[in-house]
Amino acid sequence: MPDLLDRYPLSAGTYHEMLDASGAVRPHWQRFYEHLQRSTPSQLIQRQALLARQIQENGVTYNVYADPKGADRPWELDLLPHLIPVDEWQQVAAGIAQRARLLNAVLADLYGPQTLIAEGLLPAELVFGHNNFLWPCQGVTPPEGTFLHVYAVDLARTPDGRWWVTADRTQAPSGAGYALENRLIVSRAFPELYRDLEVQHLSGFFRSLQETLARQAPSNNDVPLVVLLTPGRFNESYFEHLYLAGQLGYPLVEGSDLTVRDATVYLKTLSGLRRVHAIMRRLDDDFCDPLELRTDSALGVPGLLEAVRQGRVLVANALGSGVLESPGLLGFLPKINEHLFGEELILPSIATWWCGEPPVLAQALEKMPELVIKPAFPSQSFAPVFGRDLNDEQRHALAARMQARPYAYVAQELAQLSHAPVWQGAQMQLQPRAIGMRVYAVAAADGYRVLPGGLTRVAADADADVVSMQRGGASKDTWILGERTLGSEQWKGRHSLGVHDLIRRDPYLPSRVVENLFWFGRYCERCDDSARLLRIMLARYVDGDDPLALQAAVELGERLNLVPREDEEKPSELDDRLLAALLGDEWPFSLRSNLQRLQWAASQVRGKLSRENWQALVELQHEATHLDTETPNFGELLDFLNRLVMSLAALSGFALDDMTRDEGWRFLMIGRRIERLQFLSTSLAAFLRSDAVSDQDALDWLLELGNSSITYRSRYLALPQLIPVLDLLLLDEQNPHAVLFQLKLVTRSVKRLNDDFGVPQDSSLAMLTQRLAAFDLGCLENGLFGESSVKAALHGLGDLLQSIGDTSGQASDRLALRHFAHVDDVSQRTVSV
Amino acid sequence: MNSAHYQILHDTHYKYDTPVSLAQQLAHLWPRRSPWQRCLEQQLVISPAPTTRRDELDVFGNPLTRLAFERPHDQLQVNARLRIEVLERPALDFQQSVPWDLARSTLTYSASKMSPDLLDACRYRFESPYVHLKQSFVEFSASCFPTGRPLLLCAQALMEKIFDEFTFDGEATQVATPLVEVLESRRGVCQDFAHLMLACLRSRGLAARYVSGYLLTQPPPGQPRLIGADASHAWVSVFCPMLGWVDFDPTNNIQPALEHISLAWGRDFSDVSPLRGVILGGGNHDPEVRVTVMPIAG
Repeated sequence: MPDLLDRYPLSAGTYHEMLDASGAVRPHWQRFYEHLQRSTPSQLIQRQALLARQIQENGVTYNVYADPKGADRPWELDLLPHLIPVDEWQQVAAGIAQRARLLNAVLADLYGPQTLIAEGLLPAELVFGHNNFLWPCQGVTPPEGTFLHVYAVDLARTPDGRWWVTADRTQAPSGAGYALENRLIVSRAFPELYRDLEVQHLSGFFRSLQETLARQAPSNNDVPLVVLLTPGRFNESYFEHLYLAGQLGYPLVEGSDLTVRDATVYLKTLSGLRRVHAIMRRLDDDFCDPLELRTDSALGVPGLLEAVRQGRVLVANALGSGVLESPGLLGFLPKINEHLFGEELILPSIATWWCGEPPVLAQALEKMPELVIKPAFPSQSFAPVFGRDLNDEQRHALAARMQARPYAYVAQELAQLSHAPVWQGAQMQLQPRAIGMRVYAVAAADGYRVLPGGLTRVAADADADVVSMQRGGASKDTWILGERTLGSEQWKGRHSLGVHDLIRRDPYLPSRVVENLFWFGRYCERCDDSARLLRIMLARYVDGDDPLALQAAVELGERLNLVPREDEEKPSELDDRLLAALLGDEWPFSLRSNLQRLQWAASQVRGKLSRENWQALVELQHEATHLDTETPNFGELLDFLNRLVMSLAALSGFALDDMTRDEGWRFLMIGRRIERLQFLSTSLAAFLRSDAVSDQDALDWLLELGNSSITYRSRYLALPQLIPVLDLLLLDEQNPHAVLFQLKLVTRSVKRLNDDFGVPQDSSLAMLTQRLAAFDLGCLENGLFGESSVKAALHGLGDLLQSIGDTSGQASDRLALRHFAHVDDVSQRTVSV
Repeated sequence: MNSAHYQILHDTHYKYDTPVSLAQQLAHLWPRRSPWQRCLEQQLVISPAPTTRRDELDVFGNPLTRLAFERPHDQLQVNARLRIEVLERPALDFQQSVPWDLARSTLTYSASKMSPDLLDACRYRFESPYVHLKQSFVEFSASCFPTGRPLLLCAQALMEKIFDEFTFDGEATQVATPLVEVLESRRGVCQDFAHLMLACLRSRGLAARYVSGYLLTQPPPGQPRLIGADASHAWVSVFCPMLGWVDFDPTNNIQPALEHISLAWGRDFSDVSPLRGVILGGGNHDPEVRVTVMPIAG
C-alpha cells in the first residue's frame, strides 16, 4: 500500500491522536499503523464491508426524531478504533470516578438538606429553576445513598493533549450499548491486533451494573426481577434498549407493562402480576410517574414514586438525577469538591460562564463572539448559538434575551477537538476528523468503576468541529491498550448456569408483547387473504375476458369489506375502487392499511422476532410505501401482489421454523388460525349464497382463493365443479386451507390454552365442528327433490359457515378479554377544583 | 383581635361511564396551619372506602392525603367537612417595603450564605408546570414596576391592573389553557388570574406562590345562602424581604383578610389541586364539585 500519510492533511494547532507535532506516528499507534501500511486497500475495503454487513445484520440502528419516515438509520461505525495507552487512561479514569462520586454527593445534598445552596456554593437558580429538579423526590434516600448508578461524561482533547469535560450525563446515559456493540464488531475486523495489543475488556462494567442493581434491589435475598424501562420504539436509541436488555438479561418493558398496587411495582404477564424489584430506566425522570411528576406523561407508571419512597422498588438512576444535566454547573463543581472532599478535581472542565451573576453576564456579553451561548435548562426552547455566527443585530437581540432572564443562559468556550484518522473506503485513504469521547462509570460496592473504553464520536465532515450523533456523525470503538487487569475476561452475559437454572419458557413475557404477537399473527393472515382476493380481481380485470367471474369476486370483496362499496351518490369506476382497496389511504380496510397494522404489531414485538424475520418485514413495508399511486400500472400492481404473497409465505415460514414455541408463539399461531378460519368460512358462506355457485370460472377463482388449485387439478384432472370443490375447501382434513381443518385446529388450540390457564371451556366451537363434519355433500346432488332442495341445502350450509365465522370472531374476543384485558384499559388523569 | 368562624363543605363526585379498576388520588383538602388560621374540626368522608389511605405533609408543608382504590368502582365521592377560625393579620405599611429591584437582587445568587426564609422563597421564583416565564409578562406588567418603587406597592398595582383589564369568565378557559392565551383574550377565572400574576412577578425575578382556598361570598340581597353555590378559590402570595409573605387576590382586587380561608400553597395549581389522580378505565368522568362556605358563630 502506498504511504498512508501521503495525502493526509495535518492542521496546525490541533492535537492529533495518531501523529505527534512533527508528523511522526505516536508510539502507541505504531503497531496498528504498521499493520495498516502492510494491508492492501482491497483488504481494508473488505473489512469495512464486513463491518457494514454486521451492522446491517445485527440491526444496529439509531433513530432521529425529526425524521419519522426515515426512522431506523443504520449505525455508522469507522473501521479504525480510537487508541489510548493505559498509563494515560488511568489518569482519565481516576478523574471520571472522582467526578461521579462528586455528582452523586451533590444529588444527595440537593434532595436532602440543600446545604450547598444555603452555603452559597451552588445557585438556587440552577437547581430550582431546572425542570428536572423534582420537588416530590425531596427527602427520598435511595439504597446505599446511590443516586447515580450509571454516569457518563463527554470529553474533548485540547491542543495541549489534556482531556476536558464538556458535559455530564446523569439522567439515563445512552451509548454504552453501542460501545459494546462497536467492540464486538471492530474486534472481529482486527482479531490479531486486538489480541496482541492487549485491549482491555468491557465486560466488568456490565457485570458491576448487574451486581449493583441486584444488591440494592429490595428483594429480601430472593433473585430480584430487574426490568429495563424504555419510552418505546420511537426513541432515538431504541435499538440500544433492546440490545442492552438482551445482554443484561432484563425484560424490556414500557410504562404500560407495569402497574403499582399498594406501593409495589408489578409486571403484567400472561400468568398474572409479577413483582418487580428494580427498574433500570431509559425514560427521563419527569416522565416516570404521571401521578406525582409530569402529569401529561403517557409513558410512565402512575404511583412509581410512592413505591420508590416506600423502598419497595429501586430505580436507576434515581428519579430526579436529571437536574445535574446543565452546563451552568460546570464552573461550580471544583469548589464543591474541595468543600465536600478536600480534593482538587483531576479532570478540568471547559471554561464556562453561568450568566446568573451580574458581573459574569457582563463579561459573557462582551466576549460573545468567541463563545457558544447555551440554555441552562433542557426545557428551554433555545438551541446553542455560536457567537461568531451572529451579526450585530442578532447579537443585540440575543443579549436582550439574556438580560431578561440571565440565570437561564450559559456562555462556554468552544471546545477544540482533537483529530483522529478515519478510513475513507471510497477514496482508499485515511482522513482526519474531529472526535469527542463519551465515557461511562458505574456504581460498585467499593466506589465508581470506569468502563475501560467508551463511545468515540466522529464529526460528520472534514471541517466540522462539533460531534453529534443527531447531526449525522459516525462512531469509533475505543481501545485502551496494554495491561489487561485481572477479572476482565470476555463478557459472557450472565453468571454460569447449571441444570437447576434451566428455563423452558419465558416467565417475564409482558402481556402487551403476547397481545401484539396475537395481532401480528392475525394481520399476517389478513394481509395474505386480502392480497389473494385482490390478485384474483386484478388478474381478471386486466384480462377482461371473464366479466361474470370478476363481478362475483368483486361482490365477495364488498361483502367481506375488502373492497369499498360503490357510492350511489358518486358512481366510480371499478379500477378506482380496486385501487382504493389496494392502496387507499382513506379506506381503512385497504391492503396497505393492513400492512401498516402488521408493521405496527411487529415493531411492538421486535425483540421476539429473528433478524431475518424483521428484515423481511422492513422490505415489505418499504415496497408498499413506494408503490406509485398517482399513475398506477395494473401489471406492476399484480406483480407486487405476487411478491407480497410470497413474502408473507416466508413470514409464516419464519414463524414455524425460527421462533421458540413459547406462549407468545402459541398466541401468534392462534391469531393466524382464527383469522384464516374466519376468512375462509365467511367467504364460502357469501359465495354459497350468491349466483356464482354454478359458474365454473367463479369456482376456479374460489380454488385460487383457498390456495387449492393445484391439489384440485392433480386429483380430478378436470374443470372445477361444485361438489369436489366444496369437499376440498370445506371438509378435507388434509388440506390446511379447508374450513374443517382450521376449525379443528382452532378448537384444539383454544381448548389447550384454556386448560393451561385454568379457564372454563366453551363448547360452541366443538359443536360447530361436529355439525360441519357431519354435513353430507350428497344432498347437493340433483336427486329426487330437484333444484329447490339443492338451493335450500346450499343456504343451510352458508348459514352454518357464517356461524362458524361469527363464533371464531367471538372466540378471539373472549381470548383478548381473558388474557389481554388489562392492556386495553387506558390510564387517564383526573383533576377537580 | 378580630376573627371569623366558618363551616366549609367541599364535595367532589365522580360518576364514571365504565368501571374504574384501579385509581390513585392525591387530595389537598385539609387546611394547613398558619399564624392567622386554625382548623377546629376536619373530616374526610370517602366512598367507596379506599384500599389504602395515608395522611402526610407534602414537600411544601401542606397536608396531603394519598388514596388508592384497587377494587372496581363506578363512582367516587370525596367530601370534606371543615370548621375553621380565621384571625386578623397585622396591617402592613406598603410604603415601607423594600424597592422591588432591591428585592430581586436580594434573591439573586451572590456566592454568599442564604437565610432559611430566603432559601424557602427561592422555591417560588422560577417556572413551574402552569407558569411559564415569557417576555410578554414583563412587558404587560412594566407600568406597575418603575425602578425603586416599594415591592408591595408594585404588587398592589399589578393586582389592580389584572382586576381592571380582565373579565371573569368561567367559559373562557380550562385548567390547561396556556397563560399566553389568557393574556391575549383578557378573560379567565381565579386560577388564571393567580397564575398570570405569578408569571409577571417571577418573570421579574421575584418570588411568589399560589394559594388555594375558599372565599366567603354573599348571597344576593334578600335571598338565603344556597348549599353548594360557592367554589374553591385561588390567589397569590408575594415574598417581601424583611416582611415575609403578603397575600393579594387579583380576582377581587383585595388583600385577603377575614373572608379568605387558605388550604394549601405551592408553585402553582399543579402542586395543590384539591383532588387529582390517575384512573384505569372510567370513560368520561366530569366531576361534580359543590362548595359551601358558611359563617358560623365562634
